[in-house]
Amino acid sequence: MFGRLSWAVIPFDQPIIMITVAVIGTVLGSVLGLVTIKGWWPYLWREWITSVDHKRIGVMYMMLALVMLVRGFADAMMMRTQLALAAGHAAGYLPPEHYDQVFSAHGTIMIFFVAMTFVVGLMNFAVPLQLGVRDVAFPVLNSVSFWLTATGVLLVNLSLFVGEFARTGWLAYPPLSELAYSPGVGVDYYLWALQISGLGTLLSGINLTTTILKIRAPGMGYARMPVFCWTALASNLLIVAAFPVLTATFAMLLLDRYADFHFFTNDHGGNPMMYVSLIWIWGHPEVYILILPAFGVFSEVVATFSGKPLFGYRSMVMATMAICVLSFVVWLHHFFTMGAGADVNAFFGVMTMIIAVPTGVKIFNWLFTLYGGRIRFTVPVYWTLGFIVTFVIGGMTGVLMAIPPADFVLHNSLFLIAHFHNVAIGGVVFGVMAGYNYWFPKAFGFKLHEGLGKAVFWCWFIGFYLAFMPLYALGLMGATRRMQHYSNLHWQPLMLVAFAGAVLILFGIGLTGVQLAVSIRTRARNRDLTGDPWNGRTLEWSTPSPPPVWNFTQLPDVTRADAYWAAKQGTGPSLAGRPDSPVEALEVPRNTPVGIFVAFFATILGFALIWRIEWLAVAGLIGAVAVGLWQAWQKNRELIISAEQISEFDRLNMRGPA
Amino acid sequence: MPAKIARLFKILPPGRGICAAGETEQYGSMTAKLALVAPCVMLASCSEGVLDPHGPVGLSERLILGDATAVMLAVVVPVIVLTLVFAWWFRADNRLAQYRPDWEYSGRIELIVWAIPALLIAFLGGMAWITSHDLDPPKPLASKEAPLEIEVVSLDWRWLFIYPGQGIATVNQLIVPVGVPIHFRLTSTSVMNSFFIPQLGSQIYTMPGMTTQLNLEADQAGTYDGLSAQFSGDGFSDMHFTVVATSPGQFRQWLGETRARGGALDRAAYSDLSKPSHAVESLSFGQVDPQLFGTVASGAIATRWSPEEAR
Repeated sequence: MFGRLSWAVIPFDQPIIMITVAVIGTVLGSVLGLVTIKGWWPYLWREWITSVDHKRIGVMYMMLALVMLVRGFADAMMMRTQLALAAGHAAGYLPPEHYDQVFSAHGTIMIFFVAMTFVVGLMNFAVPLQLGVRDVAFPVLNSVSFWLTATGVLLVNLSLFVGEFARTGWLAYPPLSELAYSPGVGVDYYLWALQISGLGTLLSGINLTTTILKIRAPGMGYARMPVFCWTALASNLLIVAAFPVLTATFAMLLLDRYADFHFFTNDHGGNPMMYVSLIWIWGHPEVYILILPAFGVFSEVVATFSGKPLFGYRSMVMATMAICVLSFVVWLHHFFTMGAGADVNAFFGVMTMIIAVPTGVKIFNWLFTLYGGRIRFTVPVYWTLGFIVTFVIGGMTGVLMAIPPADFVLHNSLFLIAHFHNVAIGGVVFGVMAGYNYWFPKAFGFKLHEGLGKAVFWCWFIGFYLAFMPLYALGLMGATRRMQHYSNLHWQPLMLVAFAGAVLILFGIGLTGVQLAVSIRTRARNRDLTGDPWNGRTLEWSTPSPPPVWNFTQLPDVTRADAYWAAKQGTGPSLAGRPDSPVEALEVPRNTPVGIFVAFFATILGFALIWRIEWLAVAGLIGAVAVGLWQAWQKNRELIISAEQISEFDRLNMRGPA
Repeated sequence: MPAKIARLFKILPPGRGICAAGETEQYGSMTAKLALVAPCVMLASCSEGVLDPHGPVGLSERLILGDATAVMLAVVVPVIVLTLVFAWWFRADNRLAQYRPDWEYSGRIELIVWAIPALLIAFLGGMAWITSHDLDPPKPLASKEAPLEIEVVSLDWRWLFIYPGQGIATVNQLIVPVGVPIHFRLTSTSVMNSFFIPQLGSQIYTMPGMTTQLNLEADQAGTYDGLSAQFSGDGFSDMHFTVVATSPGQFRQWLGETRARGGALDRAAYSDLSKPSHAVESLSFGQVDPQLFGTVASGAIATRWSPEEAR
């Protein structure tokens, strides 16, 4: 009846897990209770949960990412504490079977549910505004994508309490992840959570690619798009090309585990090396899916706060697209040590290095954008400068490891861990934090607190160096990744420094919450009444903050790059093509619960498959499909916004188009 | 020199800085002096890892690490400095800085901007191509000596070393003669691992049903740490082995002693050995089934275990 599910799968005997669950339960319970008592449910349901507005969906993605950052970081703190303690004969406080789940969950959550989710959120929020359009190509699909991501989040977190998570590392290499060595539900949680959220990501990729290619403001040719849109295009093209590979790879592993197939098993002709290759065909483009939009944010921030157009726009675009293509021909550098042979290793080593050329060009172009600027040192600029300084170091160690014989001694060491955190934190995290501070006033109509924002930056910046520079050294000393304890006492001082760095980053994350709370309390003082708090250059700043559901009363008429800036300077024509034309009624997609309903049934489906409850899986699948069909036969899916409503909004916001 | 500095602070014990598994040391009030001591420890401890190689492969790889880093730093350091200088000089309230609000293109700068990384990468790419071929793991090392053949099997969670020419085997202890190239053939009995001796150089994966190859050599007598660098399950952290490089004479003597000590590694003994176990002592066998490695590498006797029974 209930498959493998029983009371025995709940780890009542593990105090660490039970306390965690109690804390999460209390926090979640209080939040839900507060929402209920305050009677906020109807508002949340109407305005957020069922929203198909790309801005709202973008904001929800980012909120989800911030919550998951806390979860992923809790895992990181547990690991750093364990390694600070477990030197010599000390065993630390996390036994291997728990520690192995912690590092697997940390990697999975940070990549899929923090970095990915935040980046998709930023693109969702900013891309249509920058393109000067009313929404993405498929607004309802957008909602479905978001809620499927939430399903993945829910399943991963459920594994904390019901059953276990994978103990295989975040990429679940077979044969370790096969039934022969991981018979529990941990790997199934991993696989189904990522299959379902991966589908959401793929749909989101299709949506944003279509939006950028097909829906742009009048006159917004490709060569006039803001660089963030270019990086978003590259990133979403990569999603469309790479995520099906991930889905297919996981599908094969699932067939191995559920249906006695032998794609990657040790016996009957299975080949685990095939999985390693396939997963990295997705995995390497994935890192560029994350970093390219971050590059886009830095490009916007540098240009805006230098008061200058981006230096070498065409170079920037070429570099972005070059990275997009090259990212598909480097994946083998993740396993130079698998014995592929000198020609293959050398080819992929050289290809990997070639990516450093367009990346280097980008760095120089940001540098020359600063040159001759009038730089305002706002929070996003702090993150951007911190990024350039940090990222070039991460890039250097990356190129170093692209030399196959260098990788032979650095592969899987803490040097590698330091390298990818150097680019993931120094690049992606700094990028999304810059974007968060930069676009927050656009989303909510008031600025975030500057002083606290800078404090957050310094915590992350110094914390990063303290936490990861020791790991570079430890890697050179022969320390490998994923060890639960180590015998060499010489390593412990460096592990303690890394722990201190993690504590500092913890303060940074805490201060992010404080910054948000203080900014909300003092929002009256920090209101953005102009819609253009930073003296921006791109179209999103030409509409009020927060923008109305329809984004722009009249779609901007774009005659050049940085058209809004030119219009403000009087060096370009006004954005309103026909300033005297009357305001007309327009259609926006009506909100719909289809996204959350699909995700509800997908969660049931995933949970039932994980625990092998056949009837429930069938019910979940039928439910999800039925909701989709129901939506397909819906009539009256648009909402008409009357001309009076629009005029009233414009009057209240006291501004027409620039 | 780093070791000397460290000894001044009494970080390193007298003699070599090697920490064999399980060795404990007097640390005193280390945490209290952390700020002062940490950098010294960092330097001192480099005398244990890949920056302190004791064989030709490791030496070549250290050279690559050093050269490539130096070349890249020549670009990276100026970029960092320029970033900070530009940002500071062109701050909004610096009246001396010239504001050029429309400056967005310079063909000359663009050329330089593409040329610098391209030249750097052309150099490093050449280096990568050549060294990939020179240091390809299966490529025999240049030596007057005939290579010593060793077969490696990663078990859960320990290492089996078979000396096919000598007819003996060891577990978690690898004894090699100094100055003799060693040709490893490696496989795994269950899941993937990576065979790695940081002070000798290159690592290589061990995989079930597969044979990989690696050539290493120790130039100096000593004791080195060996480990698995690929996560392989709950016992992974204890999957260490000790490498002892001795003179050829002592090596021959050790071979004789091992044979005399006896113990046979046949299929039955292997079956016991391949059961999951944590943090085991080193073992030796005076006799080995000559077909054993081939059978394991063919995948015919792969072991299965679940984490629960392995605990």
